[in-house]
Amino acid sequence: MIVTADTVRFDSLPLDNGATLGPVEIAYESYGELNATKSNAILVLHAFSGDAHAAGPGPEDGKPGWWDNMIGAGKAFDTNRYCVICSNVLGGCRGTTGPASINPATGCPYGLTFPVITIGDMVRLQRMLVDSLGIPRLLAVTGGSMGGMQALEWAVAHPDRVVSAIPIATTARHSAQQIAFNEVGRQAIMADPNWNGGDYYGKEPPGRGLAVARMVGHITYMSDHSMREKFGRRLRGKEAFGFDFEVDFEVENYLRYRGTQFVSRFDANSYLYISKAMDYFDLTGGQASLAVAFQPARARFLVISFSSDWLYPSYQSQEMVRALRARNCDVAYVELESSYGHDSFLVDVAEQSSLVRGFLASTFEKLA
Amino acid sequence: MSAHTARKRAFVPELLGRSDYAIIGQIVEPNTRVLDLGCGEGELLEWLAHNKNVDARGVEISGAKVQRAIARGVSVFQSDIDAGLADFPGQAFDYVILSQTLQETRHPREVLREMLRVGLRGIVAFPNFGHWAVRLSMLTSGRAPRTSLFPYEWYDSPNIHFLTVQDFENLAAAEGFRVERRYFLAGHRTVTWLPNLLAEVAVYLVSQA
Repeated sequence: MIVTADTVRFDSLPLDNGATLGPVEIAYESYGELNATKSNAILVLHAFSGDAHAAGPGPEDGKPGWWDNMIGAGKAFDTNRYCVICSNVLGGCRGTTGPASINPATGCPYGLTFPVITIGDMVRLQRMLVDSLGIPRLLAVTGGSMGGMQALEWAVAHPDRVVSAIPIATTARHSAQQIAFNEVGRQAIMADPNWNGGDYYGKEPPGRGLAVARMVGHITYMSDHSMREKFGRRLRGKEAFGFDFEVDFEVENYLRYRGTQFVSRFDANSYLYISKAMDYFDLTGGQASLAVAFQPARARFLVISFSSDWLYPSYQSQEMVRALRARNCDVAYVELESSYGHDSFLVDVAEQSSLVRGFLASTFEKLA
Repeated sequence: MSAHTARKRAFVPELLGRSDYAIIGQIVEPNTRVLDLGCGEGELLEWLAHNKNVDARGVEISGAKVQRAIARGVSVFQSDIDAGLADFPGQAFDYVILSQTLQETRHPREVLREMLRVGLRGIVAFPNFGHWAVRLSMLTSGRAPRTSLFPYEWYDSPNIHFLTVQDFENLAAAEGFRVERRYFLAGHRTVTWLPNLLAEVAVYLVSQA
Protein backbone atom coordinates (compact mmCIF):
# COMPACT_ATOMS: atom_id res chain seq x y z
CA MET A 1 0.00 0.00 0.00
CA ILE A 2 1.40 3.37 -1.05
CA VAL A 3 1.18 5.78 1.88
CA THR A 4 1.65 9.53 1.71
CA ALA A 5 1.67 11.85 4.73
CA ASP A 6 1.89 15.56 4.11
CA THR A 7 0.75 18.98 5.25
CA VAL A 8 -0.63 21.65 2.92
CA ARG A 9 -0.65 25.35 3.79
CA PHE A 10 -3.20 27.93 2.64
CA ASP A 11 -2.98 31.70 3.13
CA SER A 12 -6.53 32.11 4.39
CA LEU A 13 -9.80 30.32 5.04
CA PRO A 14 -13.14 32.18 5.13
CA LEU A 15 -15.27 31.02 8.06
CA ASP A 16 -19.02 30.72 8.64
CA ASN A 17 -18.83 33.25 11.48
CA GLY A 18 -17.68 35.89 8.99
CA ALA A 19 -14.03 35.93 10.06
CA THR A 20 -11.06 34.83 8.02
CA LEU A 21 -8.44 32.53 9.46
CA GLY A 22 -4.92 32.49 8.08
CA PRO A 23 -2.60 30.99 7.43
CA VAL A 24 -4.10 27.50 7.77
CA GLU A 25 -2.35 24.17 7.59
CA ILE A 26 -4.07 20.85 6.97
CA ALA A 27 -2.41 17.49 7.67
CA TYR A 28 -3.46 14.50 5.60
CA GLU A 29 -2.51 10.94 4.76
CA SER A 30 -3.39 9.00 1.63
CA TYR A 31 -3.37 5.31 0.84
CA GLY A 32 -3.28 3.80 -2.63
CA GLU A 33 -2.76 5.57 -5.93
CA LEU A 34 -4.81 8.07 -7.89
CA ASN A 35 -5.67 6.74 -11.36
CA ALA A 36 -4.95 8.71 -14.54
CA THR A 37 -8.29 10.55 -14.53
CA LYS A 38 -8.24 11.01 -10.73
CA SER A 39 -11.70 9.44 -10.56
CA ASN A 40 -10.92 6.92 -7.81
CA ALA A 41 -10.38 9.24 -4.84
CA ILE A 42 -12.27 8.59 -1.61
CA LEU A 43 -12.24 11.16 1.18
CA VAL A 44 -12.54 9.54 4.58
CA LEU A 45 -13.67 11.91 7.34
CA HIS A 46 -12.76 11.21 10.93
CA ALA A 47 -14.96 11.37 14.00
CA PHE A 48 -14.63 13.70 16.99
CA SER A 49 -11.29 12.55 18.40
CA GLY A 50 -9.80 10.96 15.27
CA ASP A 51 -6.99 12.19 13.08
CA ALA A 52 -5.50 11.88 9.61
CA HIS A 53 -3.95 8.51 10.44
CA ALA A 54 -6.80 6.29 9.24
CA ALA A 55 -4.94 3.18 8.06
CA GLY A 56 -1.66 1.30 8.20
CA PRO A 57 0.93 1.35 10.97
CA GLY A 58 1.65 4.75 12.50
CA PRO A 59 4.94 6.34 11.45
CA GLU A 60 6.18 6.66 15.05
CA ASP A 61 4.37 4.20 17.29
CA GLY A 62 3.32 1.67 14.64
CA LYS A 63 -0.26 1.78 15.90
CA PRO A 64 -2.86 0.97 13.24
CA GLY A 65 -5.05 3.81 11.97
CA TRP A 66 -8.54 4.36 13.38
CA TRP A 67 -10.26 2.67 10.39
CA ASP A 68 -7.49 0.21 9.56
CA ASN A 69 -10.08 -2.61 9.45
CA MET A 70 -11.89 -0.79 6.62
CA ILE A 71 -9.04 0.70 4.58
CA GLY A 72 -6.33 -1.32 2.86
CA ALA A 73 -5.60 -3.83 0.12
CA GLY A 74 -8.67 -6.03 -0.37
CA LYS A 75 -10.62 -4.28 2.38
CA ALA A 76 -13.91 -2.36 1.99
CA PHE A 77 -12.06 0.79 0.90
CA ASP A 78 -9.74 -1.24 -1.30
CA THR A 79 -6.46 0.59 -1.79
CA ASN A 80 -5.73 -1.62 -4.81
CA ARG A 81 -8.62 0.11 -6.60
CA TYR A 82 -9.11 3.42 -4.83
CA CYS A 83 -7.00 6.23 -3.45
CA VAL A 84 -8.16 6.92 0.10
CA ILE A 85 -7.45 10.34 1.64
CA CYS A 86 -7.96 11.37 5.25
CA SER A 87 -7.16 14.75 6.80
CA ASN A 88 -7.21 16.07 10.35
CA VAL A 89 -10.14 18.47 10.88
CA LEU A 90 -9.90 22.20 11.29
CA GLY A 91 -9.70 22.98 15.02
CA GLY A 92 -7.94 19.67 15.65
CA CYS A 93 -4.64 19.08 17.37
CA ARG A 94 -3.06 16.47 15.12
CA GLY A 95 -1.36 18.55 12.47
CA THR A 96 -4.17 20.79 11.22
CA THR A 97 -4.52 24.36 12.50
CA GLY A 98 -6.43 24.56 15.79
CA PRO A 99 -6.49 26.44 19.09
CA ALA A 100 -3.09 25.01 20.08
CA SER A 101 -1.46 26.38 16.90
CA ILE A 102 0.63 29.54 17.01
CA ASN A 103 -1.25 32.69 16.04
CA PRO A 104 1.21 34.48 13.69
CA ALA A 105 -0.17 37.84 14.83
CA THR A 106 0.93 37.29 18.43
CA GLY A 107 3.50 34.54 18.27
CA CYS A 108 1.52 32.70 20.95
CA PRO A 109 -0.96 29.79 20.76
CA TYR A 110 -4.47 30.91 19.81
CA GLY A 111 -6.19 29.45 22.86
CA LEU A 112 -9.65 30.99 23.11
CA THR A 113 -8.81 33.64 20.52
CA PHE A 114 -9.22 30.88 17.94
CA PRO A 115 -12.50 31.54 16.07
CA VAL A 116 -15.48 29.29 16.73
CA ILE A 117 -15.68 26.96 13.74
CA THR A 118 -18.37 24.82 12.09
CA ILE A 119 -18.61 21.53 10.22
CA GLY A 120 -19.03 23.72 7.11
CA ASP A 121 -15.65 25.37 7.82
CA MET A 122 -13.99 21.97 8.20
CA VAL A 123 -15.40 20.86 4.87
CA ARG A 124 -14.41 24.12 3.15
CA LEU A 125 -10.80 23.49 4.16
CA GLN A 126 -11.02 19.89 2.96
CA ARG A 127 -12.32 21.19 -0.35
CA MET A 128 -9.22 23.38 -0.66
CA LEU A 129 -7.07 20.33 0.01
CA VAL A 130 -8.91 18.30 -2.63
CA ASP A 131 -8.49 21.19 -5.09
CA SER A 132 -4.77 21.36 -4.36
CA LEU A 133 -4.49 17.64 -5.12
CA GLY A 134 -6.15 18.30 -8.49
CA ILE A 135 -9.07 15.94 -7.86
CA PRO A 136 -12.10 17.06 -9.87
CA ARG A 137 -14.68 14.79 -8.17
CA LEU A 138 -14.50 12.49 -5.19
CA LEU A 139 -15.79 8.98 -5.85
CA ALA A 140 -17.02 8.95 -2.25
CA VAL A 141 -17.04 11.00 0.91
CA THR A 142 -17.53 8.88 3.99
CA GLY A 143 -17.25 8.75 7.74
CA GLY A 144 -18.98 7.80 10.95
CA SER A 145 -20.38 10.08 13.61
CA MET A 146 -18.91 13.59 13.09
CA GLY A 147 -17.30 12.15 9.93
CA GLY A 148 -20.81 11.40 8.66
CA MET A 149 -21.84 15.00 9.31
CA GLN A 150 -18.94 16.17 7.15
CA ALA A 151 -19.97 13.71 4.42
CA LEU A 152 -23.50 15.16 4.45
CA GLU A 153 -22.12 18.70 4.39
CA TRP A 154 -19.93 17.81 1.39
CA ALA A 155 -22.91 16.38 -0.51
CA VAL A 156 -24.96 19.54 0.03
CA ALA A 157 -22.30 22.28 -0.05
CA HIS A 158 -20.17 20.88 -2.91
CA PRO A 159 -22.59 18.67 -4.89
CA ASP A 160 -20.62 18.89 -8.13
CA ARG A 161 -17.55 17.46 -6.40
CA VAL A 162 -19.12 14.35 -4.88
CA VAL A 163 -20.20 11.20 -6.76
CA SER A 164 -21.38 9.36 -3.66
CA ALA A 165 -21.70 9.82 0.07
CA ILE A 166 -21.64 7.19 2.82
CA PRO A 167 -22.73 8.77 6.12
CA ILE A 168 -22.58 6.20 8.94
CA ALA A 169 -24.00 6.31 12.48
CA THR A 170 -24.68 10.01 12.18
CA THR A 171 -27.32 12.72 12.04
CA ALA A 172 -28.30 15.67 9.89
CA ARG A 173 -28.66 17.77 13.04
CA HIS A 174 -27.40 17.40 16.59
CA SER A 175 -30.21 16.61 19.03
CA ALA A 176 -30.74 18.06 22.50
CA GLN A 177 -29.32 14.87 24.03
CA GLN A 178 -26.20 15.02 21.86
CA ILE A 179 -25.66 18.68 22.71
CA ALA A 180 -26.22 17.86 26.38
CA PHE A 181 -23.48 15.24 26.51
CA ASN A 182 -21.08 17.58 24.72
CA GLU A 183 -21.89 20.35 27.19
CA VAL A 184 -21.07 18.05 30.13
CA GLY A 185 -17.68 17.40 28.54
CA ARG A 186 -17.02 21.10 28.01
CA GLN A 187 -18.07 21.97 31.56
CA ALA A 188 -15.73 19.30 32.94
CA ILE A 189 -12.82 20.89 31.07
CA MET A 190 -13.71 24.46 31.98
CA ALA A 191 -14.20 23.51 35.65
CA ASP A 192 -10.60 22.33 35.83
CA PRO A 193 -8.57 25.21 37.36
CA ASN A 194 -5.70 24.37 35.03
CA TRP A 195 -7.89 25.28 32.06
CA ASN A 196 -7.36 28.93 32.99
CA GLY A 197 -9.66 30.45 30.37
CA GLY A 198 -7.99 28.33 27.69
CA ASP A 199 -4.55 29.77 28.42
CA TYR A 200 -2.55 26.77 29.62
CA TYR A 201 -0.05 26.12 26.83
CA GLY A 202 3.44 25.68 28.23
CA LYS A 203 1.90 25.01 31.63
CA GLU A 204 0.05 22.14 33.26
CA PRO A 205 -2.94 21.30 30.95
CA PRO A 206 -6.47 20.70 32.35
CA GLY A 207 -5.91 16.94 32.36
CA ARG A 208 -8.47 16.07 35.03
CA GLY A 209 -11.26 17.92 33.25
CA LEU A 210 -10.34 16.52 29.85
CA ALA A 211 -10.18 12.98 31.27
CA VAL A 212 -13.65 13.31 32.81
CA ALA A 213 -14.98 14.64 29.49
CA ARG A 214 -13.53 11.61 27.74
CA MET A 215 -15.01 9.23 30.32
CA VAL A 216 -18.49 10.59 29.64
CA GLY A 217 -17.82 10.28 25.92
CA HIS A 218 -16.80 6.64 26.21
CA ILE A 219 -20.01 5.77 28.05
CA THR A 220 -22.03 7.21 25.18
CA TYR A 221 -19.99 5.26 22.60
CA MET A 222 -20.81 1.90 24.18
CA SER A 223 -24.13 0.19 24.88
CA ASP A 224 -25.58 -1.24 28.05
CA HIS A 225 -25.13 -4.66 26.45
CA SER A 226 -21.50 -4.16 25.45
CA MET A 227 -20.59 -2.77 28.88
CA ARG A 228 -22.30 -5.68 30.61
CA GLU A 229 -20.44 -8.08 28.38
CA LYS A 230 -17.08 -6.36 28.66
CA PHE A 231 -17.08 -5.50 32.39
CA GLY A 232 -20.19 -6.78 34.13
CA ARG A 233 -19.74 -6.12 37.84
CA ARG A 234 -16.28 -7.63 37.86
CA LEU A 235 -13.87 -6.18 40.41
CA ARG A 236 -10.47 -4.92 39.38
CA GLY A 237 -7.60 -6.88 40.97
CA LYS A 238 -9.46 -7.58 44.22
CA GLU A 239 -11.76 -10.18 45.73
CA ALA A 240 -13.92 -7.80 47.81
CA PHE A 241 -14.97 -4.14 47.83
CA GLY A 242 -12.27 -1.79 49.06
CA PHE A 243 -14.74 0.36 51.01
CA ASP A 244 -12.98 3.44 49.70
CA PHE A 245 -13.04 5.52 46.50
CA GLU A 246 -10.18 3.81 44.73
CA VAL A 247 -11.01 1.64 41.73
CA ASP A 248 -13.31 -1.25 42.68
CA PHE A 249 -14.90 -2.18 39.36
CA GLU A 250 -13.35 -3.06 36.01
CA VAL A 251 -15.51 -0.44 34.33
CA GLU A 252 -14.09 2.28 36.57
CA ASN A 253 -10.59 1.22 35.74
CA TYR A 254 -11.38 1.18 32.02
CA LEU A 255 -12.86 4.68 32.04
CA ARG A 256 -9.98 6.10 34.10
CA TYR A 257 -7.48 4.48 31.75
CA ARG A 258 -9.25 5.82 28.67
CA GLY A 259 -9.48 9.26 30.26
CA THR A 260 -5.80 9.60 31.17
CA GLN A 261 -4.68 8.06 27.87
CA PHE A 262 -6.73 10.65 25.99
CA VAL A 263 -5.02 13.54 27.80
CA SER A 264 -1.67 12.57 26.32
CA ARG A 265 -2.92 12.87 22.75
CA PHE A 266 -5.67 15.48 22.73
CA ASP A 267 -5.87 19.20 23.38
CA ALA A 268 -8.61 20.37 25.77
CA ASN A 269 -9.38 23.50 23.74
CA SER A 270 -9.75 21.38 20.59
CA TYR A 271 -12.33 19.40 22.55
CA LEU A 272 -14.28 22.61 23.19
CA TYR A 273 -14.10 23.86 19.61
CA ILE A 274 -14.83 20.61 17.82
CA SER A 275 -17.68 19.61 20.12
CA LYS A 276 -19.21 23.05 19.58
CA ALA A 277 -18.97 22.60 15.81
CA MET A 278 -20.92 19.34 16.15
CA ASP A 279 -23.57 21.03 18.28
CA TYR A 280 -23.98 23.80 15.72
CA PHE A 281 -24.41 21.23 12.94
CA ASP A 282 -27.89 21.38 11.46
CA LEU A 283 -28.08 20.70 7.75
CA THR A 284 -31.53 22.29 7.69
CA GLY A 285 -29.83 25.60 8.50
CA GLY A 286 -33.04 27.61 8.87
CA GLN A 287 -34.69 26.13 5.78
CA ALA A 288 -38.23 24.79 5.80
CA SER A 289 -37.29 21.13 6.03
CA LEU A 290 -34.46 18.67 5.70
CA ALA A 291 -35.82 17.73 2.28
CA VAL A 292 -35.42 21.35 1.15
CA ALA A 293 -31.89 21.38 2.60
CA PHE A 294 -31.00 18.31 0.52
CA GLN A 295 -32.17 20.00 -2.68
CA PRO A 296 -28.67 20.68 -4.06
CA ALA A 297 -27.45 17.12 -3.37
CA ARG A 298 -26.70 15.04 -6.47
CA ALA A 299 -24.74 12.20 -4.91
CA ARG A 300 -25.69 8.57 -4.58
CA PHE A 301 -26.12 7.81 -0.88
CA LEU A 302 -25.50 4.79 1.31
CA VAL A 303 -26.75 5.45 4.84
CA ILE A 304 -25.94 3.00 7.64
CA SER A 305 -27.07 2.99 11.27
CA PHE A 306 -26.64 0.48 14.08
CA SER A 307 -29.36 -1.08 16.22
CA SER A 308 -27.64 -0.50 19.59
CA ASP A 309 -26.37 3.04 18.85
CA TRP A 310 -28.26 5.20 21.33
CA LEU A 311 -26.02 8.25 20.83
CA TYR A 312 -26.88 8.54 17.11
CA PRO A 313 -30.05 6.43 17.02
CA SER A 314 -31.41 4.96 13.80
CA TYR A 315 -34.35 7.36 13.72
CA GLN A 316 -31.90 10.14 12.85
CA SER A 317 -30.58 8.19 9.86
CA GLN A 318 -34.14 7.33 8.83
CA GLU A 319 -35.05 10.99 8.99
CA MET A 320 -32.30 11.86 6.50
CA VAL A 321 -33.21 8.89 4.30
CA ARG A 322 -36.84 10.03 4.14
CA ALA A 323 -35.74 13.54 3.23
CA LEU A 324 -33.45 12.18 0.49
CA ARG A 325 -36.29 10.03 -0.79
CA ALA A 326 -38.57 13.07 -0.91
CA ARG A 327 -35.96 14.63 -3.21
CA ASN A 328 -35.93 11.41 -5.23
CA CYS A 329 -32.22 10.98 -4.50
CA ASP A 330 -30.58 7.61 -5.08
CA VAL A 331 -30.36 6.33 -1.51
CA ALA A 332 -29.71 2.94 0.06
CA TYR A 333 -30.25 2.47 3.77
CA VAL A 334 -29.99 -0.32 6.28
CA GLU A 335 -29.86 -0.59 10.05
CA LEU A 336 -27.21 -3.17 10.96
CA GLU A 337 -27.63 -5.39 14.00
CA SER A 338 -24.78 -4.84 16.41
CA SER A 339 -24.42 -4.76 20.17
CA TYR A 340 -21.44 -2.39 20.27
CA GLY A 341 -23.39 0.86 20.43
CA HIS A 342 -22.06 3.93 18.64
CA ASP A 343 -18.60 2.32 18.38
CA SER A 344 -20.05 -0.31 16.02
CA PHE A 345 -18.87 1.54 12.91
CA LEU A 346 -15.29 1.26 14.21
CA VAL A 347 -15.27 -2.25 15.65
CA ASP A 348 -18.06 -4.36 14.12
CA VAL A 349 -17.22 -3.91 10.47
CA ALA A 350 -17.86 -7.26 8.72
CA GLU A 351 -21.35 -6.43 7.42
CA GLN A 352 -20.53 -2.76 6.98
CA SER A 353 -17.59 -3.84 4.79
CA SER A 354 -19.73 -5.90 2.42
CA LEU A 355 -22.20 -3.02 2.03
CA VAL A 356 -19.49 -0.45 1.34
CA ARG A 357 -17.61 -2.77 -1.03
CA GLY A 358 -20.70 -3.45 -3.18
CA PHE A 359 -21.89 0.15 -3.12
CA LEU A 360 -18.48 1.53 -4.14
CA ALA A 361 -17.97 -1.08 -6.88
CA SER A 362 -21.33 -0.32 -8.50
CA THR A 363 -20.81 3.44 -8.15
CA PHE A 364 -17.35 3.21 -9.72
CA GLU A 365 -18.71 0.98 -12.50
CA LYS A 366 -21.42 3.52 -13.38
CA LEU A 367 -18.77 6.24 -13.72
CA ALA A 368 -16.93 4.35 -16.43
CA MET B 1 -44.81 -9.83 -25.39
CA SER B 2 -48.01 -8.18 -26.56
CA ALA B 3 -51.51 -8.82 -25.29
CA HIS B 4 -52.22 -10.54 -28.58
CA THR B 5 -49.51 -13.19 -28.26
CA ALA B 6 -50.48 -13.69 -24.64
CA ARG B 7 -53.72 -15.26 -25.82
CA LYS B 8 -51.83 -18.19 -27.29
CA ARG B 9 -50.58 -20.78 -24.84
CA ALA B 10 -47.06 -19.51 -25.18
CA PHE B 11 -44.08 -20.93 -23.37
CA VAL B 12 -42.67 -18.45 -20.84
CA PRO B 13 -39.02 -19.02 -19.93
CA GLU B 14 -37.72 -18.38 -16.46
CA LEU B 15 -35.82 -15.29 -15.48
CA LEU B 16 -33.79 -15.81 -12.30
CA GLY B 17 -35.85 -18.97 -11.74
CA ARG B 18 -39.23 -17.28 -12.06
CA SER B 19 -41.70 -16.97 -14.92
CA ASP B 20 -43.33 -13.81 -13.55
CA TYR B 21 -39.89 -12.17 -13.59
CA ALA B 22 -39.57 -13.10 -17.25
CA ILE B 23 -42.79 -11.23 -18.00
CA ILE B 24 -41.77 -8.24 -15.90
CA GLY B 25 -38.40 -8.27 -17.68
CA GLN B 26 -40.26 -8.01 -21.00
CA ILE B 27 -42.63 -5.27 -19.86
CA VAL B 28 -40.02 -2.84 -18.50
CA GLU B 29 -38.70 -0.50 -21.19
CA PRO B 30 -34.97 0.31 -21.26
CA ASN B 31 -33.55 3.44 -19.61
CA THR B 32 -36.49 3.92 -17.25
CA ARG B 33 -36.81 4.52 -13.50
CA VAL B 34 -37.94 1.45 -11.60
CA LEU B 35 -38.97 0.95 -7.97
CA ASP B 36 -39.38 -2.62 -6.71
CA LEU B 37 -41.48 -2.96 -3.57
CA GLY B 38 -40.53 -5.97 -1.48
CA CYS B 39 -37.46 -6.45 -3.68
CA GLY B 40 -35.88 -9.15 -1.52
CA GLU B 41 -32.19 -9.44 -2.29
CA GLY B 42 -32.51 -7.22 -5.36
CA GLU B 43 -31.92 -9.92 -8.02
CA LEU B 44 -34.61 -8.55 -10.37
CA LEU B 45 -33.39 -4.96 -9.95
CA GLU B 46 -29.82 -6.03 -10.63
CA TRP B 47 -30.96 -7.84 -13.79
CA LEU B 48 -32.97 -4.81 -14.94
CA ALA B 49 -30.07 -2.45 -14.23
CA HIS B 50 -27.63 -4.56 -16.23
CA ASN B 51 -29.91 -5.62 -19.08
CA LYS B 52 -32.26 -2.65 -19.42
CA ASN B 53 -30.04 0.06 -17.99
CA VAL B 54 -32.80 1.15 -15.63
CA ASP B 55 -32.34 3.44 -12.65
CA ALA B 56 -33.16 0.79 -10.04
CA ARG B 57 -34.39 1.32 -6.49
CA GLY B 58 -35.88 -1.08 -4.01
CA VAL B 59 -37.73 -1.27 -0.71
CA GLU B 60 -37.39 -4.29 1.54
CA ILE B 61 -38.26 -4.84 5.17
CA SER B 62 -35.78 -7.61 5.97
CA GLY B 63 -32.45 -6.14 7.06
CA ALA B 64 -30.55 -9.25 6.00
CA LYS B 65 -32.03 -9.08 2.48
CA VAL B 66 -31.36 -5.34 2.23
CA GLN B 67 -27.74 -5.99 3.13
CA ARG B 68 -27.34 -8.55 0.35
CA ALA B 69 -29.07 -6.23 -2.13
CA ILE B 70 -26.79 -3.29 -1.29
CA ALA B 71 -23.76 -5.59 -1.39
CA ARG B 72 -24.68 -6.47 -4.98
CA GLY B 73 -24.77 -2.77 -5.79
CA VAL B 74 -28.52 -2.12 -5.82
CA SER B 75 -29.93 0.94 -4.03
CA VAL B 76 -32.35 -0.55 -1.55
CA PHE B 77 -33.63 0.91 1.65
CA GLN B 78 -35.04 -0.88 4.61
CA SER B 79 -38.66 0.04 5.14
CA ASP B 80 -42.16 -1.30 5.49
CA ILE B 81 -44.07 -0.98 2.21
CA ASP B 82 -47.27 -0.12 4.04
CA ALA B 83 -45.55 2.91 5.59
CA GLY B 84 -42.78 3.49 3.10
CA LEU B 85 -44.08 5.31 0.04
CA ALA B 86 -45.50 8.47 1.57
CA ASP B 87 -42.19 10.35 1.32
CA PHE B 88 -41.78 9.87 -2.42
CA PRO B 89 -42.78 12.72 -4.69
CA GLY B 90 -45.48 11.95 -7.27
CA GLN B 91 -44.53 10.23 -10.54
CA ALA B 92 -40.96 9.66 -9.39
CA PHE B 93 -40.80 6.36 -11.29
CA ASP B 94 -41.81 4.96 -14.67
CA TYR B 95 -42.62 1.58 -13.14
CA VAL B 96 -43.39 0.47 -9.61
CA ILE B 97 -43.13 -3.30 -9.27
CA LEU B 98 -45.03 -5.31 -6.68
CA SER B 99 -44.02 -8.89 -7.33
CA GLN B 100 -45.73 -11.53 -5.18
CA THR B 101 -45.94 -9.02 -2.36
CA LEU B 102 -49.48 -7.55 -2.57
CA GLN B 103 -50.96 -10.46 -0.60
CA GLU B 104 -48.45 -9.80 2.19
CA THR B 105 -49.26 -6.13 2.72
CA ARG B 106 -51.48 -4.92 5.51
CA HIS B 107 -53.34 -2.35 3.42
CA PRO B 108 -53.16 -3.60 -0.18
CA ARG B 109 -55.60 -1.06 -1.60
CA GLU B 110 -53.61 1.85 -0.15
CA VAL B 111 -50.39 0.29 -1.42
CA LEU B 112 -51.86 0.08 -4.93
CA ARG B 113 -53.02 3.70 -4.78
CA GLU B 114 -49.60 4.80 -3.57
CA MET B 115 -47.90 2.78 -6.32
CA LEU B 116 -49.82 4.65 -8.96
CA ARG B 117 -49.14 7.97 -7.28
CA VAL B 118 -45.33 7.56 -7.22
CA GLY B 119 -45.19 5.61 -10.49
CA LEU B 120 -46.62 6.21 -13.95
CA ARG B 121 -47.30 2.48 -14.20
CA GLY B 122 -47.62 -0.36 -11.75
CA ILE B 123 -46.65 -3.97 -12.40
CA VAL B 124 -48.48 -6.26 -9.99
CA ALA B 125 -47.81 -10.00 -9.86
CA PHE B 126 -49.72 -12.17 -7.41
CA PRO B 127 -50.62 -15.82 -6.80
CA ASN B 128 -54.22 -16.51 -7.77
CA PHE B 129 -56.27 -17.74 -4.83
CA GLY B 130 -59.05 -18.71 -7.25
CA HIS B 131 -56.94 -21.43 -8.92
CA TRP B 132 -58.76 -24.77 -9.11
CA ALA B 133 -56.20 -26.52 -6.90
CA VAL B 134 -56.83 -24.01 -4.11
CA ARG B 135 -60.59 -24.47 -4.42
CA LEU B 136 -60.22 -28.24 -4.50
CA SER B 137 -57.90 -28.28 -1.50
CA MET B 138 -60.36 -26.39 0.62
CA LEU B 139 -63.37 -28.35 -0.65
CA THR B 140 -61.85 -31.76 -0.03
CA SER B 141 -59.88 -31.11 3.17
CA GLY B 142 -62.22 -28.65 4.86
CA ARG B 143 -59.14 -26.81 6.01
CA ALA B 144 -57.34 -23.65 4.95
CA PRO B 145 -56.05 -24.56 1.49
CA ARG B 146 -52.45 -25.71 1.01
CA THR B 147 -51.10 -26.00 -2.52
CA SER B 148 -47.78 -25.55 -4.24
CA LEU B 149 -48.72 -21.87 -4.65
CA PHE B 150 -49.86 -21.49 -1.05
CA PRO B 151 -47.66 -23.96 0.78
CA TYR B 152 -47.94 -22.50 4.27
CA GLU B 153 -49.88 -23.53 7.31
CA TRP B 154 -52.47 -20.89 8.14
CA TYR B 155 -50.54 -19.84 11.25
CA ASP B 156 -47.16 -19.20 9.66
CA SER B 157 -48.18 -17.84 6.26
CA PRO B 158 -46.74 -14.45 5.23
CA ASN B 159 -49.91 -14.02 3.14
CA ILE B 160 -52.50 -12.01 4.99
CA HIS B 161 -54.79 -10.92 2.14
CA PHE B 162 -55.89 -13.55 -0.35
CA LEU B 163 -57.11 -12.43 -3.74
CA THR B 164 -58.17 -13.97 -7.01
CA VAL B 165 -57.82 -12.76 -10.58
CA GLN B 166 -61.46 -11.70 -10.46
CA ASP B 167 -60.90 -9.84 -7.17
CA PHE B 168 -58.09 -7.83 -8.73
CA GLU B 169 -60.18 -7.05 -11.82
CA ASN B 170 -63.01 -5.83 -9.59
CA LEU B 171 -60.73 -3.66 -7.46
CA ALA B 172 -59.02 -2.18 -10.53
CA ALA B 173 -62.42 -1.27 -11.96
CA ALA B 174 -63.63 0.19 -8.66
CA GLU B 175 -60.46 2.23 -8.22
CA GLY B 176 -60.47 3.37 -11.81
CA PHE B 177 -57.10 1.78 -12.64
CA ARG B 178 -56.51 1.20 -16.32
CA VAL B 179 -55.36 -2.35 -17.04
CA GLU B 180 -52.92 -1.93 -19.91
CA ARG B 181 -51.86 -5.58 -20.09
CA ARG B 182 -52.66 -8.77 -18.24
CA TYR B 183 -50.76 -12.06 -18.25
CA PHE B 184 -51.86 -15.35 -16.74
CA LEU B 185 -49.46 -18.14 -16.02
CA ALA B 186 -49.72 -21.82 -15.14
CA GLY B 187 -46.25 -23.22 -14.75
CA HIS B 188 -44.32 -22.12 -17.82
CA ARG B 189 -47.42 -21.69 -19.98
CA THR B 190 -49.66 -18.71 -20.46
CA VAL B 191 -53.34 -19.35 -19.74
CA THR B 192 -55.74 -18.35 -22.50
CA TRP B 193 -59.17 -19.04 -21.01
CA LEU B 194 -60.82 -19.18 -17.58
CA PRO B 195 -57.86 -17.43 -15.95
CA ASN B 196 -59.61 -17.16 -12.59
CA LEU B 197 -59.77 -20.95 -12.48
CA LEU B 198 -56.63 -21.94 -14.37
CA ALA B 199 -54.01 -19.24 -13.70
CA GLU B 200 -51.54 -19.85 -10.90
CA VAL B 201 -49.96 -16.43 -11.16
CA ALA B 202 -51.30 -13.21 -12.67
CA VAL B 203 -49.21 -10.25 -13.83
CA TYR B 204 -50.94 -6.92 -14.45
CA LEU B 205 -49.63 -3.74 -15.96
CA VAL B 206 -51.83 -0.96 -14.63
CA SER B 207 -51.85 2.81 -14.75
CA GLN B 208 -53.96 5.65 -13.46
CA ALA B 209 -56.87 6.14 -15.83
